[in-house]
Amino acid sequence: MKTKLSQLAPGESGIIKEFTDLEMSVKLMEMGCLPGEAIQVERIAPLGDPIAVNISGYQLSLRKKEASTIILQ
Amino acid sequence: MKANLKVALVGNPNTGKSTLFNSLTGLNQKIGNFPGVTVDKKTGQTKLNAAQEAMVIDLPGAYSLYPKSKDEGIVLDVLVDPNNPAHPDLVVFIADATNLKRNLLLYTQVADLKIPVIIALNMMDLAKRSGIQVKVDELAAKLGIRIVPISARSGAGIDDLKQAIADANAIPLQTDVLDVNELAPAGMVERVQAQFKLANPYTALQYLHHYQQLSFLEARQTESLAQEVQQSDFNSQQLQARETIARYQFINEVLFDTVSSPDNPIQESYSNRIDHVLTHKIWGFAIFMAVLFIIFQSIYAWSEYPMSLIESLFIWLVNAVHDYLPAGALTNLLADGILAGLSGVLVFIPQIAILFAFIAVLEDTGYMARVTFMMDRIMRKVGLNGKSVVPIIGGLACAVPSIMSARNIENWKDRIITIMVTPLVSCSARLPIYTLLIALVVPDERMFGLFNLQGLALMGMYLLSMLSAVLVAWVMKYLIKARERGYFIMELPVYRMPRWNNVALTVYEKVKAFVLEAGKVIIAISVILWVLASYGPPAKFKAIDQQFASPAYTAKYSAEQITQLKASAKLENSFAGILGKSIEPVIKPLGFDWKIGIALITSFAAREVFVGTMATLYSVEGDASRMDSVKEKMAEARNPETGELVFTLPVAFSLMIFYAYAMQCMSTLAVVYRETKSWKWPITQFVYMTAMAYLASLLVYQFLK
Ligand SMILES: Nc1nc2c(ncn2[C@@H]2O[C@H](COP(=O)(O)OP(=O)(O)OP(=O)(O)O)[C@@H](O)[C@H]2O)c(=O)[nH]1
Ligand SMILES: [Mg+2]
Repeated sequence: MKTKLSQLAPGESGIIKEFTDLEMSVKLMEMGCLPGEAIQVERIAPLGDPIAVNISGYQLSLRKKEASTIILQ
Repeated sequence: MKANLKVALVGNPNTGKSTLFNSLTGLNQKIGNFPGVTVDKKTGQTKLNAAQEAMVIDLPGAYSLYPKSKDEGIVLDVLVDPNNPAHPDLVVFIADATNLKRNLLLYTQVADLKIPVIIALNMMDLAKRSGIQVKVDELAAKLGIRIVPISARSGAGIDDLKQAIADANAIPLQTDVLDVNELAPAGMVERVQAQFKLANPYTALQYLHHYQQLSFLEARQTESLAQEVQQSDFNSQQLQARETIARYQFINEVLFDTVSSPDNPIQESYSNRIDHVLTHKIWGFAIFMAVLFIIFQSIYAWSEYPMSLIESLFIWLVNAVHDYLPAGALTNLLADGILAGLSGVLVFIPQIAILFAFIAVLEDTGYMARVTFMMDRIMRKVGLNGKSVVPIIGGLACAVPSIMSARNIENWKDRIITIMVTPLVSCSARLPIYTLLIALVVPDERMFGLFNLQGLALMGMYLLSMLSAVLVAWVMKYLIKARERGYFIMELPVYRMPRWNNVALTVYEKVKAFVLEAGKVIIAISVILWVLASYGPPAKFKAIDQQFASPAYTAKYSAEQITQLKASAKLENSFAGILGKSIEPVIKPLGFDWKIGIALITSFAAREVFVGTMATLYSVEGDASRMDSVKEKMAEARNPETGELVFTLPVAFSLMIFYAYAMQCMSTLAVVYRETKSWKWPITQFVYMTAMAYLASLLVYQFLK
């Protein structure tokens, strides 16, 4: 089972369950990444990092390192 | 309401605040399709109706009242400090109708500060196109405020908004969102309210969260807040997380039956399709390189004709001045000093306009955000951040606003390094120097019948400057200590068509500013230089007069030759000549003579002065009956001792490299000081860049010689 956002391939999606890092979680939550929200990986930058995700109707980019703090259901 | 109502435009980044500001005030704030365009507050006046005016304040965008970067901090400062000159009587909250949920987070926070607020629901055109439906009246009723749907870009709804501002109540009517007392350990909020005489609990809570960065608090007050926070076990991050979750819960409830969006928005997929190509694994970078390549080829290809037009206009003008004004010192000053200096820069208007137009288009379409996205990996490796791309590409135009735009970078170390290397990127003031020198030594031919060689050389200079910026950043990464963790979380806006009239207006304004700014400096420096180059120690000048009047000369040379020789000798012994000669030993290893030395010195006021200085020096010396352009004069310049051409390939390249690296811009140093609040950084920058310029020029000249 895939659990972290950083492990998803483009096109795959999941539901956010929780965060592993408080500092990152406050920054991500204010951008709309909340527990219970659906999140989809849209693409990966040409060099493999960062990634672009779709969250509550808009596109957000974040590094894999930040994505790995997001645990999916 | 009040006579001169203060209205602040608050909202998330990239929601159209500045677009609305421009339409309200008639001013021309910079607009771009990426988050973080506006980084400082700006005020203007608007007429609401026949009787009422209002002061409008454009602010940087923010995602919440918990600032992550310097520009977001400005919003917090303005909203929670009642004594701030920009503290508003009314907040117009600009919400992006296509992204309401995230936008409303900041709204609920602002609403809880209990400043009167109305919502301008922007981008209605986009919302309609992608099938998003907002029940405006129901939403307004739930929030307890007025909501005015607008499209700032087309101007739809602006009159309604003005009316709503004029009608707005002086007291806040918005519904409460949260019980603030639950967001801090018991009693804390009340204590702070009492101590600071704050009527509103949420403002008090903001004091507790941000006491370290609120610039208006006195040291004593900060101290007591710090104590309060320590004693009561106040965990800022945990409480912020709790608050954010609670607010989104409220927002979800409010939006549940007021906003409906189709499952697959049309706009989204259209933007996505473009991204498939522009951020493609292989094509992504290839296209980015091609874009840069096209820019530099166009700078050459499209500017040829208008440039020669301006050039001939000035030659005609100088001739006219000589023909119609009585001969004498003042005429010479006007023709050889001021006009020659001005023509040296004005002739580059076409090239600068093309460069600015391309940058404006890149910023207006949303492509800049994609470059940020693609480059983050590389930038991080060298101690920068994807977001550093914006100042670095902006640096192609001018370092001063670009250094300010680095405020948007959250991480302190990333931001400082960005500020330190941005002036290395070749700005538009260097363009005239490169163009002139390249035209002197690089043949105007085509490679493979396609690429203009001069265009390639120019692109080479630009690439070199960007590579150097990256390299220096990489070195600094090891020298500067980090203060906090770096991260990269950024919104990617949808692509938009550039608004051509806005691009045209931006180019016009930028060129105007360039001409006025550069013009002022050039006229001042030309006058000073002309005086310094025309006069010298009287005893020396007398000796020269006597020398050339002696039979030894009059017998050997014609009268015309003597005038020429005398002019050269006088220039060499003028005050300017003495100055140039005194630094000649230092710059000789770089291939520069004393005349170039004078240009180097004057260029420390601003680089634009180089071409003018060359023009002035060669005009003072030159034969007044033959009016050539600066380029022609420089092409024919010869070393009087050896008789060799002055501007050879090694000299020209050495000089270009010197200008590429040397820190010769007072405005940049001033803005670096302002942005870092310490002399340490501008001084470091000045020293490292100038040292680098000297060493690199030395290498180039000695190697090519
Ligand atoms: N389609 C559409 N686009 C708009 C509208 N209003 C603004 N825009 C575009 O949105 C983008 C952002 O506009 P700005 O006015 O720079 O936004 P801002 O809120 O000032 O952004 P920051 O200064 O970065 O916080 C630009 O590309 C505008 O052309 C609108 O009503 N409809
Ligand atoms: Mg703006």
